[in-house]
Amino acid sequence: MIELSNVSKTYGSGAGAVNALRDVDLHIPEGSIHGVIGLSGAGKSTLIRCVNLLERPSTGSVTVNGQEMTRLGGQALNRARHRIGMIFQHFNLLTTRTVFDNVALPLELMGYKRTAIRHRVAPLLKLVGLDDKAGQFPAQLSGGQKQRVAIARALASEPAVLLCDEATSALDPQTTGSILELLRDINRDLGITILLITHEMEVVKSICHRVSLISDGRLVEDAAVGDFFTAPETQLGREFLNDFLQLSPPRELISRLEEAPDEHTHPVVRLTFSGDAVSTPLISRLARECSVDVSILQAKVESIQERTLGLMIAELLGTQAQTEQAMRYLESHELNVEVLGHVQRDD
Amino acid sequence: MSSAMIDLILQATLDTLYMVGVSGLIATLLGVPLGVLLYITRPGQIIAMPVVNQALSIVTNIGRSIPFIILMVAIIPFTRMLVGTSIGINAASVPLTIAAIPFVARLVEGALNEISPGLIEAAQAMGATPWQIVRKVLLPEARGGIITGLTITVVTLVSYSAMAGAVGGGGLGDLGIRYGYNRFNPTIMLITVVILVIMVQGFQSLGDYLVRKSDRK
Repeated sequence: MIELSNVSKTYGSGAGAVNALRDVDLHIPEGSIHGVIGLSGAGKSTLIRCVNLLERPSTGSVTVNGQEMTRLGGQALNRARHRIGMIFQHFNLLTTRTVFDNVALPLELMGYKRTAIRHRVAPLLKLVGLDDKAGQFPAQLSGGQKQRVAIARALASEPAVLLCDEATSALDPQTTGSILELLRDINRDLGITILLITHEMEVVKSICHRVSLISDGRLVEDAAVGDFFTAPETQLGREFLNDFLQLSPPRELISRLEEAPDEHTHPVVRLTFSGDAVSTPLISRLARECSVDVSILQAKVESIQERTLGLMIAELLGTQAQTEQAMRYLESHELNVEVLGHVQRDD
Repeated sequence: MSSAMIDLILQATLDTLYMVGVSGLIATLLGVPLGVLLYITRPGQIIAMPVVNQALSIVTNIGRSIPFIILMVAIIPFTRMLVGTSIGINAASVPLTIAAIPFVARLVEGALNEISPGLIEAAQAMGATPWQIVRKVLLPEARGGIITGLTITVVTLVSYSAMAGAVGGGGLGDLGIRYGYNRFNPTIMLITVVILVIMVQGFQSLGDYLVRKSDRK
């Protein structure tokens, strides 16, 4: 449905050139919700603008709805854009138009007659729950309502694809939730493929099927959301996840962590477990079978879509041989074990 | 005051309104498109044409930098070619229009600057053509600012039209100079000034009203 291959975007030239995107390959199948997450300045914005050619890629090709966008220009490009809806962080509604007329705008641009526009706009306002606000102006609406108007406007031309540019970043958490729910409904009921960019893991967690991680213009990770939240492959991915879960060892402990183990230290580990492992009493079995003591420093259970994810930071107390055996035991039960470091024994 | 004097004042008032009206109207019809062009041909804008933009900008600046009194005299041949004479209110309307066009253009450009770039981007994402963006986004969204600019222009034209006496233009300014100043008639002078003040107040109030009506922010 959306296919980016080898897309690069460079601003400027010579020594001052900035590579906003480097060799980006991305395939988004029809009907899915794909998230691109990254820090600000990583190239998210450029990436999403390359899909509808608000930014023209320097190299590479972009195909949407089976049409190679990068070959289009002028009227053909405008027609292709009618099939791609877009919503923005700051809504971008026309202040001088009513809610109704804002939603009608794309239809006017396509040359629809007044009666046809009325027939199309009314159900859209109903869909986003604003049928009673048709005559109001954007200034009279809350942020969440404005984004609903923008969503109705983006859907007016019956697009196959919806691009969401930080669509919830200007909204409070509750409103974010309701907008995400609306996007999920739209994806499910209308079968519209959604590409969204965000810096919030919460957004990815609640509605995305797959997620790509972007860093310095490159896609460094691409995974199903369940996998990304259980075992991110990159350091940046882990940082995002830890920030989101707020799970890192206490500050006081970090300062005491040492890299190399010796006779007088024991390991601090981060355990990530999903699926069956969550419901198995592994820690007490571990204590019994490997004769180690487990001191739990932090623990959390999250549900990521249909999967349950358990996280724990723990100190394993025992002899070096015992703790090594314990880690092998955990790994054999499909836990992800990450050794954060070693601390001196207190005794 | 004699009835002849009253007729003279009335005629002069109508003359001023005529000059301001004609030049204001034509300057709007030409200045608004010029202002839009100055905006949309900028680098990075919807019809980026840096060379055209530079050229338009230079021409506009030249138009704005020539003092009105000099412009009026300098374009007399052009005025004569256009309206067949260099005296009278029609003749005076020509330099007034010429002076007002770049003035309007810069004010319109300024009003367009106030529009959030996000709105243009949203329209482009919807597949709007540049002309559709101008008609459906830029002009409606800048309407308040454009009306403010046109109000300033009309008020400026009222005061400029007073200088039109220098080319035998007629109007209130001319009357004030000839009867009030040259013939030492302070009453006439006072009356013309009072009428001009009322006129400017009227235009300003009308402009403010229209801006309020169009402003939804």
